[in-house]
Amino acid sequence: MFKNVSLSLAAGQALRVRGANGSGKTTLLRTLAGLAQPESGEVRWQGRALAACRDVYHSQMIYLGHAAAVKDELLAWENLVYSARLNGRVLERRAAEQSLAALGLGRAAQLPARSLSQGQRKRLALARLHGAEGEAAPLWILDEPSNALDQDAAAALCTALDRHFARGGMLVYTTHTDLPLHPAQALELNLDRPAPTSAAPSGASPC
Amino acid sequence: MLTAFFGVIRRDLLLAMRNRADVLSSVFFFVIVGALAPLGLGPEPAMLRTIGPGMLWIAALLSSMLALNRLFAQDHADGTLEQLMLSPEPTTLLVAGKILAHWLTTGIPLIILSPLLALQFGLPAEQTSTLMASLALGTPILSLIGAIGAALTLGVRGGGILIALLVLPLYVPVLIFGAGAAVAPDPQAHLFLLGGLLAAAVALAPWATAAALRIALE
Amino acid sequence: MNTSLLYRYASPQQFYPLAGKLIPWFAILAVLLTTAGLYVGLVRAPTDWQQGDSYRIIYVHVPAAWMSMVIYLAMAFWAGIGLVMNTRLSSMMASALAPTGAMFTALALWTGALWGRPTWGAWWVWDARLTSELILLFLYIGFMTLQSAITEPRRADRAGAVLALVGVVNIPIIYFSVKWWNTLHQGASISLTAAPSMAAVMLTGMLLVALGAWSYTFAAALARLRCIILEREKRAAWLREAA
Repeated sequence: MFKNVSLSLAAGQALRVRGANGSGKTTLLRTLAGLAQPESGEVRWQGRALAACRDVYHSQMIYLGHAAAVKDELLAWENLVYSARLNGRVLERRAAEQSLAALGLGRAAQLPARSLSQGQRKRLALARLHGAEGEAAPLWILDEPSNALDQDAAAALCTALDRHFARGGMLVYTTHTDLPLHPAQALELNLDRPAPTSAAPSGASPC
Repeated sequence: MLTAFFGVIRRDLLLAMRNRADVLSSVFFFVIVGALAPLGLGPEPAMLRTIGPGMLWIAALLSSMLALNRLFAQDHADGTLEQLMLSPEPTTLLVAGKILAHWLTTGIPLIILSPLLALQFGLPAEQTSTLMASLALGTPILSLIGAIGAALTLGVRGGGILIALLVLPLYVPVLIFGAGAAVAPDPQAHLFLLGGLLAAAVALAPWATAAALRIALE
Repeated sequence: MNTSLLYRYASPQQFYPLAGKLIPWFAILAVLLTTAGLYVGLVRAPTDWQQGDSYRIIYVHVPAAWMSMVIYLAMAFWAGIGLVMNTRLSSMMASALAPTGAMFTALALWTGALWGRPTWGAWWVWDARLTSELILLFLYIGFMTLQSAITEPRRADRAGAVLALVGVVNIPIIYFSVKWWNTLHQGASISLTAAPSMAAVMLTGMLLVALGAWSYTFAAALARLRCIILEREKRAAWLREAA
């Protein structure tokens, strides 16, 4: 995999992780999310090691991986409601349906997720970023978020990301197509030749 | 915390209702295995009455075990398991919720059906009610211990047989006390022991399962 | 114990040559002790007035049963250390111990059967001890199968550790439940544990064989450990240089 990766992220910054297939981009993102343990080194959030502040970190971070994390047998709005519940939030059916309507999934909201197209499923997966949950989480870690999205949906995603940066949010992402984003600062990390930088990954406090 | 706990249970119950085939097939398995005993050993009533409780317990055990891969495999495949691990709510609690929902859809049908099968073995009413009590205490233990096995073998080839290999030795005490309760003249001691095992399993198994899930998802 | 010594040998690279040097000594010790023990047991110890000479199988059966238990505890211990402290060598040691433990368990079962045949006329009796040994064998097999089914070594180490620890917690429960079951179902307490009353010389024989088995375990486990180190560290620099 990769060795000697060192990075640091602050408010408003976006870090794009690049690298050839198999260089470990997904592994790095998962390690930052706390799903995988690094063999050496550590991830820190606001100066504290992840193990010490797991609950706080998870309430302030959203990770969306390759898998849509959508239940086929549940209706689209049910997916949103239950994924919110799993995170300890109560989301009413009305609110979920409104969220989906705002994303252009108004009619699809009543369909089981298995009936949705790839693009619609991805938009459903990304719906978490648009609601209250997205606003409460200063760190977003997204693995190829624009995959399967058409032009309009990709544009909507970029708008949401720019709003996120404006709020002081941070982003770590990978993508195969360039996304027109406007963070306070755009950083890049290429796993094929990691650049030596400063301390272990840490997040600044959101504004 | 309660929102998340009940949320997990409701979601899994909803999914089970929409995937009724899965739930029903493990119930049918219980019935089929129960029918195998007289087919294999002969229909002589006195013998069936003797082996009945043990045979029914074995059928319940195997049926419970086969249903285990339903616990995490689908969630793992569609990515919802990862999101569950990333929730700010304690993983142990969410896992306990999943196991409870699993037992509600696996164990409870067995308990409800057991009197019918007991009839097939000609068991007297009192023995049947003891059998149901032992199943009521024992099947949750099977789900709890089985969950550890399911979590350890997530995504590993060898699937069902591997879980069986890991989990069956651990099931032995439950089988001994459960089946023993149904045949003993005084089942109190057995049921108390089962209760003790249940308490220990409720306290420890979700935590061990959460640890195993973390290992499996790395 | 000098902690810096502990840290130095915690690395596979350092432990590998040390293990290599220790193996021949343990092997020799094993042969000497086992031979001595068997001599005492087979030649010197008196014939049992009840069971004749067939009882002499206990000089293999009992040490094998002891080792099967002790090795499981050691295996769970090292696996636990590897899980908690994230040390690779400890996990490798647990994996190295498992096959030897399984072997002793199988040996205990086989010699138990051999004992049962002339004594009770049956190749197998469901007595509490033998049944518990059988379940212990299943626990070993489960551990080894799980580790071989998981391709990624670190996950295999950790998953095996969880399984071994769960097993260790359950072993007293299993043993208790099997004893309970045994007293319920068997009227006459035919038990292979009702060994003939121990003369001092019999105990000496068994202890010598047990120590021999222990030395054998060290030798076998260290040898297997070296193989595991080679396999796991094959990309490490120190191996490439040595090659």
